[in-house]
Amino acid sequence: MKFRLLSNIARSLLLARWRQTLVAAIGVTFSITMFVTLLSFMNGLNDLLDGLILNRTPHVKLYNEIKPTEVQPVNLDPKYSKSYNFVRSVKPGKTTKEIRNYLAVTNSLNKDKRVLGYAPKVVTQVFFNVGATDLTAAINGIDPDLENRLFKFNEYVVKGDYLDLKNIPNSIILGKALAETMMVEVGDLVQITTSQGERVQLKVVGLFQSGLQELDKVQSYASIGTVQKILGKNTSYVTDIQIKLVDMAQAPALAKEFGRKYETDAEDIQAANAQFETGSKIRNLISYAVGITLLIVAGFGIYNILNMMIYEKMDSIAILKATGFAGSDVKRIFISIAISIGLFGGIFGLLFGLGLTSLIDQIPFDTPALPTIKTFPVRYDPKYYIIGGVFSLITTYFAGYFPAKKASKIDPVIIIRGK
Amino acid sequence: MEAIVLETRNINKSFHDPVTIPVLKDITFQVRKGEFVSVIGKSGCGKSTLLYILSTMDTDYEGDLLIDGELMRDRKESQLARVRNEKIGFVFQFHYLLNEFSVLRNVMLPGLKLNQYSEQEIEHRAFEKLKILGLQDEVMKKPNQLSGGQKQRVAIARALINDPLIIMGDEPTGNLDKKNANIVFDTFKELAHEFKQTLLIVTHDQEFAENTDRIIEMQDGRIIRM
Repeated sequence: MKFRLLSNIARSLLLARWRQTLVAAIGVTFSITMFVTLLSFMNGLNDLLDGLILNRTPHVKLYNEIKPTEVQPVNLDPKYSKSYNFVRSVKPGKTTKEIRNYLAVTNSLNKDKRVLGYAPKVVTQVFFNVGATDLTAAINGIDPDLENRLFKFNEYVVKGDYLDLKNIPNSIILGKALAETMMVEVGDLVQITTSQGERVQLKVVGLFQSGLQELDKVQSYASIGTVQKILGKNTSYVTDIQIKLVDMAQAPALAKEFGRKYETDAEDIQAANAQFETGSKIRNLISYAVGITLLIVAGFGIYNILNMMIYEKMDSIAILKATGFAGSDVKRIFISIAISIGLFGGIFGLLFGLGLTSLIDQIPFDTPALPTIKTFPVRYDPKYYIIGGVFSLITTYFAGYFPAKKASKIDPVIIIRGK
Repeated sequence: MEAIVLETRNINKSFHDPVTIPVLKDITFQVRKGEFVSVIGKSGCGKSTLLYILSTMDTDYEGDLLIDGELMRDRKESQLARVRNEKIGFVFQFHYLLNEFSVLRNVMLPGLKLNQYSEQEIEHRAFEKLKILGLQDEVMKKPNQLSGGQKQRVAIARALINDPLIIMGDEPTGNLDKKNANIVFDTFKELAHEFKQTLLIVTHDQEFAENTDRIIEMQDGRIIRM
């Protein structure tokens, strides 16, 4: 009853100045709209950029780097153990790129609960024979199913089907730029020469586009079996193991652990792509800062309008107090005015925000660098709507609190005598 | 003898800005139920100041104020608001009606705040009060559509809604022409004599005062006649 009476008075005061109220509510609506849109768009963009690199990058990569042995034979000789030995012009010995004990390593990885999955890879450099010239490029021998599951391989295959790598023997997927240089299409044959001098003919079953032109010029994919065959190696010959973890943040620690355990080199994603995470964080920070600034500005608008309303309604407040309304009742009236401005402004803001983001989602954004993107990227996340809604109520509450407190302190005697 | 509804004991008040000036000195008097009292005196004699102390809106004084036998000292702001709501009806020089609400709603507001009856009941009672004051045709109008005299009568109806112990008026006819002032005065008189309503009216209108049951005259902060 009491609440109803106070909200009834609040509503009447509100409606009496509906134009000003509307302006205040539009301020809130505008800022919430922009807040939601900005965050959705920014995070959509973050997802896109992260996806561009992070999705395709293993969290931990195990491989063998060709480098000289750290412990040279002279250091092992007890005769020279107390001396300081200089060895000039050290060269790498006969090292192999093969991961030793591949089967044992995979068994161990299969049991590891921190590992989401792994994909083996054989990387080798070959020459593509085009008429009189040879082009160098890398062939990545992959397991198409695993590669797709962990690194979304199919998103980058713009022509043909990635599963043909598995289904058609001696098949290859070329980088789009590479295929253009060689002037071959899907269905054509290409001839390659390995570093050992073997000549092999492979059938082009697809083209891929990674978004990085330089990469597309020098990369191609074949099934892991095909590459092993070209190189004349057995099925346990693997040069890289690409690991995806359950928790990406653990990558640096696990990379160290795996490197030690499996006696390989290990590279983690943070070391390989440190700048990406920083970029995402800063973009996030900027969008929150802008959104919150907008809301605070809207809050000042509400503060002003309520202050003005209190000056205008000084007589009404005085008479309400004289006829038995307590200061706390007056305070509640003005706070509920502010909150209802925030509530309605906020609700419309969230709706318009959703509208604007879905509009942005429809705007065509065609770039050859990003084959999978057709429109502007947007992330729909209820989190932003909840933050926006809660924040609109908090700001309007504080914007209303101080004028309301002032109104509750109005001394009716001063107003009534002043006439 | 009728019961005492309002009593003051040695009320003193001073203004302290910039130097201390005493405005009320040793005010002691009683008002009994059903009395129609007027307080008169020259401008600046402290009669309005006294009224605001009596109304509980001004709490900065020395001495005791008793309303309905209860001491008003050391009460919280919300408790005093409750006393004003329940026991005191106000009529000011200016009507102070809320233009956002209809005449009927204006009269109902203190009743809704008191929350003693249901809303329908309060509406009915408000209508009855307006009828006594001859305003039954204006109930749905907004206050700014009424004449000055009508507005003041609506303010009286609002003062009556909670059947207050006492109605206090601060120059209630001060802003009105002769004709409307007479209507308002007759209304007060009718309330006092027919409904046994206690009234305490501050005025500087000598003619108004002479027609009341009892005159309290003030001079320089003291009561010189009562």
